[in-house]
Parts: sequence; structure tokens; C-alpha cells
Amino acid sequence: MKTVSLTIDGKEIRAKEGEKVLWVALDNGIYIPNLCVIREALQSPAACRLCFVEVEGKDKPVTACTEPVIEGMVVNTQGPQALRLARTAFELLMASHPVECAHCLSRDSCELLKIAPHLKVRLKIKRLRGLPRGLPIDSSSPLFIYDPNKCVLCGRCVWVCRERLGIGDISFAHRGFQRVVATFGDEPMARARCSACDECVTVCPSGALCFKDGKGPKEELNRPVEKSKS
Amino acid sequence: MTKEQVNHIQETRRILKQFSRKRGNLIPILQEVQGKLGYLPREAMLVIAGFLGIPAIDVYGVVTFYNQFRLNPPGKHSIRVCLGTACHMKGGYIALDAWKRRLDIDSGETTPDREFDLDTVACVGCCTMAPVTVVDDKPQAQVEPTKVDGILLSFELEKEKASKENL
Ligand code: SF4
Ligand code: SF4
Ligand code: FES
Repeated sequence: MKTVSLTIDGKEIRAKEGEKVLWVALDNGIYIPNLCVIREALQSPAACRLCFVEVEGKDKPVTACTEPVIEGMVVNTQGPQALRLARTAFELLMASHPVECAHCLSRDSCELLKIAPHLKVRLKIKRLRGLPRGLPIDSSSPLFIYDPNKCVLCGRCVWVCRERLGIGDISFAHRGFQRVVATFGDEPMARARCSACDECVTVCPSGALCFKDGKGPKEELNRPVEKSKS
Repeated sequence: MTKEQVNHIQETRRILKQFSRKRGNLIPILQEVQGKLGYLPREAMLVIAGFLGIPAIDVYGVVTFYNQFRLNPPGKHSIRVCLGTACHMKGGYIALDAWKRRLDIDSGETTPDREFDLDTVACVGCCTMAPVTVVDDKPQAQVEPTKVDGILLSFELEKEKASKENL
């Protein structure tokens, strides 16, 4: 396999040609915020708009989860334009997010808590008016709670249910500000198939899906892959 | 299963005969079925999902995405509250709230007696009359909460009259 050399934030890196900038950065200890992508998926939906980086020679920031690395590429994860886009995307997400981390069952694994300081944005957004969704919490499952108010619509749970497990019981429904992850007919999650399964909970980066005991296993979001010595 | 549900399933199956099992046919199928049944009941969506070999939630996702699809049966009278720009500015939401309160249903729903269904539209083209509510295809001008009461009262009187005549 062809390898290329590039630099990310001044660090010289060798990587597989065509690998996405996001994975190369994460594997080399450089964090880029991301919510909507799953490593094992073939494609990123590029929906969360948090992974913007600047690439020398390109006049606009690009999303790291879709940008393939090429020979001689110079990537800057801290460019002002890229950070401005990522910050705004994050602020928009948080403007409708109930920030109650002290009582949140996901506070130990929450990716939002990691992204906020990285982007130097406060969790309680000042710049935008808050717009709570006021949706009912679904605690019908014996194992987990689904709080759509905390959902960031990243789609990871949907992907896992459909692609990893081949079930396809949850997906996005409704439109605009009403958009939520739902079951057929907006039924409670405890229905037949969801009652015995909790795979979606393990990949949720926020407190939208969390185990009732707050302890169940949460997958570390897009864990770096150990480099093979070749 | 109720008789109505059985009937919905049969009608849906009949309509599906004209279509191939291609996912791209989903929207035309939904339009045909709604055209026949007036809305998209649960049982019809399940039959359609089975026919196309896709998860039921995918049908539901499309139905809830597009405004043209209804999840509830049409009422005898249709109430369409305009929330276009002009009506929005002139208190369209106040009119909508009045309808919701009086009928005790949400937008997109039907009263349990199936007398009224309530929904919103985006501009019906007569902005000078804002805020407009289209009642049974007739645009009503300057719909304030008292006007909502008036319209509902006239329906009630009509109904009373009709039942007297039938005696
Ligand atoms: S999901 Fe994260 S940011 Fe939101 S309340 Fe829970 S811990 Fe806090
Ligand atoms: S429930 Fe969790 S995993 Fe699913 S879309 Fe919402 S935030 Fe993402
Ligand atoms: S991770 Fe790139 S857009 Fe979400």
C-alpha cells in the first residue's frame, strides 16, 4: 500500500494514501472534534460540521472526516476560519441542549464535555438564545434511558442499529427543529426488538442514550488505532 | 384488527400491484395510498415497508418528513392555518393556538369524532386577508380567536339544523 508524508499542526506524519485526515490525526495523538462519523463505516455523513481543518492551498476549510490525505499535504487543525465554523456548529448544537452535567448519567463518557474546552466554548452558550426542545424522556427500556432533548442528531445509533446489527429499528423522523431519532410510529423504545438490545447506547456520544445505572460500557469515540510497526 | 384496518390493508395491497419493489417507488406509493385512504395509517405503512423490503422506520421517516403526508384520518372539515410570512407577522400563531385550544388537538391531528382535522400551510396567496385560515377550501380573513369561535359555532348550528331536518 502506498504511503504518503504530510504534516498536521507541524508534526510530520506518514500515512496510508487516501486515508481520511481525521483518522490520521487521531491516530497520531492530534484531537479533532467529531461526532457524526464511525470509524468502521465506509463513509462519513459529514453532518456534525465539527471537524473542520484548514489545508494549505485550499481557500476554504474542509471536513477532516471526508478529506483524503495526499503527498505533501499541510494540515492545520487550529486555523481561525476552521475553528470559527466548528465553534458555531457546536454553539448551535448546545443552544438546544439541556446542560445538567451534574445529574447526567453520561458525564463520564460525554464527548460534548471534551469538545467544549477544545474549541474554547462554554457549555452554556451565551452568544445564542437557548431553544429547549421540551420533548418527553423515554425510560421504557429496562436497560437504558432515551432523552431526545440531549440528542445531537449525530446518527451513530442509527448507523449501528442498521449497519452493524442489520436491524434498522431506529432512524431519523420528522423535520427541521422537530427532527429526532425515533422508532416506527414514535413508539417507546421498550418495544420488542429494542428491549433486549442496547448496542446503540454504547455508541451515543452524548447523554441522549445512557444506561440506567450510568455504568454500562460506552465505546470510546473513534478510538485511535495502534500503529503497526512496518 | 378492526374492519377499517383490514380494509386499509386490502386497499394498500391492491395499489401495490401497480408497482415494482424498488425503493425509489416509495413516495409515489405513499401518494397513491394516501389518495385512496385519505391518510397513511400504520397498517398501510407496514405493508408498504414489507413490500419494498425496507425497515418500517424508513417509511415513517419519509412520511413524517414531507408535509403532504398525513398520519391521521381526514376530518369532515379541514382547517388549514396559514403561517406564511404575512400571516406569521399578523398573528397566525395566535389563530393556530385558538384552533388547537378549541378543538383540543395538535396541528396534524384529527378530533376523535373525526369532525375536524387541523394543519398549517405556508402561504395561500391572499396575504391582504392575514391572518388567514382556510376552512374547507375557503379562505377566512382576519382570523382572531373570536372568529374561530364564530366559525365553530356556525358548524354546530348547521349540524343541529341537519339533525332536526332528519327527524
Ligand atoms: S450530555 Fe454531556 S453536556 Fe449534556 S448534560 Fe450530559 S454530560 Fe452534560
Ligand atoms: S441518540 Fe445519541 S447516538 Fe443517536 S443520534 Fe442522538 S446523540 Fe447521536
Ligand atoms: S465528523 Fe466530520 S462532519 Fe461530523
